Amino acid sequence: MAMSRHVTGWLQALPLTVVLGAFLIAPIIMIVVVSFWGATEFSIYPAFQFDNYSYLFGSAVVWKVFFATFKYAFITWVFTLAIGFTVAYFLAFHVRTQAMQIALFLLCTIPFWTSNIIRMISWIPFLGRNGIANSTLISWGVIDEPLEWLLYSDFSVILAFVHLYTLFMVVPIFNTMMRIDRSLIEAAVDNGASAMQTLRHVILPLTKPGIMIGTIFVVTLVMGDFITVRFMSGSQKANVGRLISNDISLLQYPSAAATSVVLLITVLIVIGILLRFVNIRKEL
Amino acid sequence: MEKRPVSFYVLAAFFGLFVLFLYGPTLTIGILSFQGPTGGLTFPMRGVSLHWFRELFEQQAVGDIWGAFRRSFALGLMVMVTTVVVSVMSGLAFRKRFKGSAVLFYMAITSLVIPSILISLGVGLIFNQLGLKIHWATSGFGSQLTWTLPFGLLIMFAVFNRFDKSYEEAARDQGATQWQTIRHVVLPIIAPSLIGVALFGFTLSYDEFARTLLTSGSYNTLPLEVFGMTTNVTTPVIYALGTLTTLFSFGIIAVFLLSVRIMSKRRAKMGSDVGKAV
Repeated sequence: MAMSRHVTGWLQALPLTVVLGAFLIAPIIMIVVVSFWGATEFSIYPAFQFDNYSYLFGSAVVWKVFFATFKYAFITWVFTLAIGFTVAYFLAFHVRTQAMQIALFLLCTIPFWTSNIIRMISWIPFLGRNGIANSTLISWGVIDEPLEWLLYSDFSVILAFVHLYTLFMVVPIFNTMMRIDRSLIEAAVDNGASAMQTLRHVILPLTKPGIMIGTIFVVTLVMGDFITVRFMSGSQKANVGRLISNDISLLQYPSAAATSVVLLITVLIVIGILLRFVNIRKEL
Repeated sequence: MEKRPVSFYVLAAFFGLFVLFLYGPTLTIGILSFQGPTGGLTFPMRGVSLHWFRELFEQQAVGDIWGAFRRSFALGLMVMVTTVVVSVMSGLAFRKRFKGSAVLFYMAITSLVIPSILISLGVGLIFNQLGLKIHWATSGFGSQLTWTLPFGLLIMFAVFNRFDKSYEEAARDQGATQWQTIRHVVLPIIAPSLIGVALFGFTLSYDEFARTLLTSGSYNTLPLEVFGMTTNVTTPVIYALGTLTTLFSFGIIAVFLLSVRIMSKRRAKMGSDVGKAV
């Protein structure tokens, strides 16, 4: 009992600290260090040079790719937010029994626990040239020729992002909505607010923390992604993650590291801005 | 019951479409995996057969997927146990403010939001420079923990935010030591949530891809093996594999959900009020 609370706290937090120290902090430091190194075709050597960064910022392609990354993040954010909010609103305010709420909520979350890669693959029979979407549209007479932009395009990339990550919006928004005091809504209705007005002036402002948490998830997942873009675009589109993974496959680790540092700083700035609007620990 | 407004039906239809959007593609490859031997990657079905499932069991046709499955399963269990233990310990730690707790909290958030490929790259570089061999059970294991632990920790925050401290006070008043209080009061109350943490730990590890990519060494985990197949396999055998691992995931989820149910049922039957606080 004589142990101070700081000591007990640290002992309990020690395993987490060790794991994060070894597999999060050390790798970040390593990446920062290596980003100043040089590389030959076959190996990397310690150095202190800014070549990797000057190349990075001097390349028009890199700027374009960063822009594409933000574009993916923004469009995905808009769709996941609109869909996620609507679904959460339905579950929280229109489903009446708690048992039903839990059942439908689980129905929405189960795909989260299955493989993302399989879920990406499962779009192929839909979107391919002779896929379900094209053959249906042709049989309806909407189009005469198969649409080429369904698969291996920005469209399929964003579709996959929305498919994979809407869950990350539904869960926190639903969680925040369930904690809204129902008497506030009654008060709004009693004062003559329409359903739309209640939604706009009562529910939406109170749901902001959940929206922020969902936004943090979606934006970081999309900005850090490399595999969805590669797979769903058939390697025809690029984002920053793919830039890094390409450098890695060419064994250009210093260049990959420099891009990683810039990407990490970008993501952390975005998160830093979002965190100003929400206290995560209080909202769970 | 009052009459449902029109908006209910509109929203219910929207929800239905959303569920179809979530599950439709998975169901489609489920159906297509029963494609006849001459069938292709999309409709029409050329007969119905188990051909592609049989193909999975022939080593040379698809590579070492059973070895990959065994490794992913073992790794999933390792990550699951570690995630539960470490999350509970740090959850307990975070209930009180200690020196550096804010820094540790932001480290955990960083771990969650950091692009996964950075973990892969950084851990790979460290092992490389130290002359260590990367292996799924060492570097892969540690890298996956950076993904599962923040989730476990966030769940523990949610649990302890709702935890009624008077149970602990009661135990302490009766003379229980700190360890006895945790062992006999806190842990039993939070047990159902720990099943949730375990579910996250196992499934996030079992499906993990990006953080394992450069850290698993020469023996692939299942997601890596599947991804390898996407570049060179162009037959429905990949659907058969997808269907099997998805069914496996559903099975795992069902086991976890059932155990939560059984646990809370048993509690209700014993007439105990334990857990009401959760």
